[in-house]
Amino acid sequence: MSDPLAVRPAIRLNAGTQEKPVLFPRRKSRINGRSVAVLVFLAMAAAFYCVPLYVLVVTSFKTMEQIRQGAIFALPTEWTWEPWNFAWNEACSGITCEGLKVGFWNSVKILIPSLIASISLSAVTGYALALWNVRWAGTFLFILFMAAFVPFQIIMFPLIQLTVHMGIYGSLWAVAFIHTVMTMPIVTLIFRNYYKDIPDELIKAAMIDSGSFWRIFGEIILPMSANILIVVLIMQITHIWNDYLIGVTFGGPGGQPMTVNLANLVTVSTGTVSYNANMAAALLTAIPPLVIYFVLGKFFVQGISAGAIKG
Amino acid sequence: MPNVSFEHINKSYGNLAVLDGLNLDVEDSDFLVLLGPSGCGKTTLLNLLAGLVEVTSGRIMIGDRDVTELDPKDRGLAMVFQSYALYPTKTVRGNLRFGLAARKLDAAEIERRIAWASNLLQLDPLLGRKPAQLSGGQRQRVAIGRALVKHADVLLFDEPLSNLDAKLRTEMRLEIKKLHDELKPTIVYVTHDQIEAMTMATKIAVMNGGEIQQFGSPDEVYERPQNLFVAGFIGSPQMNLNPGVFSLSTGHPLAALRSGVQVDLSGYAFGHTPQEGEEIIVGFRPEHFSAPNGTVAEPAATFDLTVKIIERTGSDTILSLAYEDRLLAVRTEPDRASALHPGDTVSVAYPKNKLNVFAAGSGLRL
Ligand SMILES: Nc1ncnc2c1ncn2[C@@H]1O[C@H](COP(=O)(O)OP(=O)(O)OP(=O)(O)O)[C@@H](O)[C@H]1O
Ligand SMILES: [Mg+2]
Repeated sequence: MSDPLAVRPAIRLNAGTQEKPVLFPRRKSRINGRSVAVLVFLAMAAAFYCVPLYVLVVTSFKTMEQIRQGAIFALPTEWTWEPWNFAWNEACSGITCEGLKVGFWNSVKILIPSLIASISLSAVTGYALALWNVRWAGTFLFILFMAAFVPFQIIMFPLIQLTVHMGIYGSLWAVAFIHTVMTMPIVTLIFRNYYKDIPDELIKAAMIDSGSFWRIFGEIILPMSANILIVVLIMQITHIWNDYLIGVTFGGPGGQPMTVNLANLVTVSTGTVSYNANMAAALLTAIPPLVIYFVLGKFFVQGISAGAIKG
Repeated sequence: MPNVSFEHINKSYGNLAVLDGLNLDVEDSDFLVLLGPSGCGKTTLLNLLAGLVEVTSGRIMIGDRDVTELDPKDRGLAMVFQSYALYPTKTVRGNLRFGLAARKLDAAEIERRIAWASNLLQLDPLLGRKPAQLSGGQRQRVAIGRALVKHADVLLFDEPLSNLDAKLRTEMRLEIKKLHDELKPTIVYVTHDQIEAMTMATKIAVMNGGEIQQFGSPDEVYERPQNLFVAGFIGSPQMNLNPGVFSLSTGHPLAALRSGVQVDLSGYAFGHTPQEGEEIIVGFRPEHFSAPNGTVAEPAATFDLTVKIIERTGSDTILSLAYEDRLLAVRTEPDRASALHPGDTVSVAYPKNKLNVFAAGSGLRL
């Protein structure tokens, strides 16, 4: 006979299973040539990310005098928050000198409407496509699939025309609108695939019990969507926050998100380059997605271990 | 409570015709059990009645309403699914309530009905729990409760007991039977389990290949199967079906089986009498045979055969006797069989009034 484990009965994972059984006894870990190679590779990769990050962080706390002396790896001789304060409140971007906070609030104002619009529209569309009889659903899905892979640059100019006609070009609303439109295909597909896995009979039961599109969505489907909502939320926040091209193209002078603000700030040509303020500005821009990661990531794990997501 | 009728129902998926010109009438307060092999269209029929699947052509009536085009929620029925299909994020109470709230009943009435159902099905301690925190049997009771609170006139069950252990299944069978006796809804119930079918049904419809093979009371279906399919499908162990030739040459009807045994058919009420020399098939139920080496009042035939296999099931013993190149199943009392051993020769007799005779060509009962 071969491996006796191979003839074990298949493990049934039914709705009530709260914890997954351990399928096989875990092997004792042993260090061998292969794992050394992996470790070396991982260490190099980590260094590749960590060294620049280290430089970024220490520089942002140094004074300009210390920076001019070189020694970029040295710790600050005198820790100062001044570069952070400067970057947030005073740094110049173009002709205005109000710091990054303008861009930060712009990004927030772009983020919130585009999150609400893209996630709610996509969730409902995905739900309809997955669980209701929609005429031409197959064709529609195919179009969504194609649309998800159209590069933004190709349709940039028509979209500019469109927003000009809508009268929102050069404002925060244009940026939010374009984000919503551009991310909807892929987010809809994500929701649709998630909802497709909901057991058929559950939907049939809801059809007999209620039959109302919105009621079933609100009372049955949405409460089952916590996991996918978190995933999409993390994905969307990171994506929208980090975007540069859409912001710079559609925002105009008054609607620049934080990334555009940052770029203007570091490329400012007048006066000396304040490396410490630039580093602080870069870190400030990167912090919000990180915070979201940590906060929502915790919920994500909780959502999974709570078990009652899918029946 | 309304009656339900299917009129000339066709249902096909693409080129695959699942139901073909099906007609079926369920009378009010009937407990109809749909029985048939896997894939014969039972679930499809239930889904058509519930409106979860659209008919290709035909008409479905509930009472005097034509419901063919109605949405599921407007058909006034409730369904218990094989997988229970409880709403996972709702508590038991929420599950019971969902279908009622959608019906715009007032709050007091909703509470009254939930209390009634939870009392009936002993759900009180479970009302605050989520489905994931329930055992299989408890989930099933909730699923039944969710169907009952709606006070629907027509209840549909799709193999509701198939996931339960034998003991729980017996209990639930009685519960459902009791519910039907008390509330008298019209029930359509799909099962693979013949005991469920025989004990609960007031009517049985045996299906095969998308067609109704026989429709009648459990006794009718069991005692007078209309064709060879039903004869072979209903009953465990299966009816013994033995081919032979019809003859009237001795003055009374008899069947000359291939093995040479002559079966006296004078006790059989022919629907129509076959021709001399026509090929027929004679069916013997295993449980109607006499005890081994015993006899019956009016024997139609007696078989002297060798015992091949003895199977004890507890309450019965099944003897498999070598008959031509096949086995003849005979049910007997365990203590009668205790002295027997494989290889012994026994004689068993079959009574005249328990015969089943079919035409070999058409497979229909004669
Ligand atoms: N959505 C579908 N598309 C195509 N064919 C289908 C579909 N649903 C059912 N069928 C086919 O219809 C036939 C009847 O299916 P149905 O589910 O009614 O069988 P059943 O009698 O309930 O079987 P079982 O006892 O195994 O549940 C089967 O041959 C099945 O393959
Ligand atoms: Mg079925």
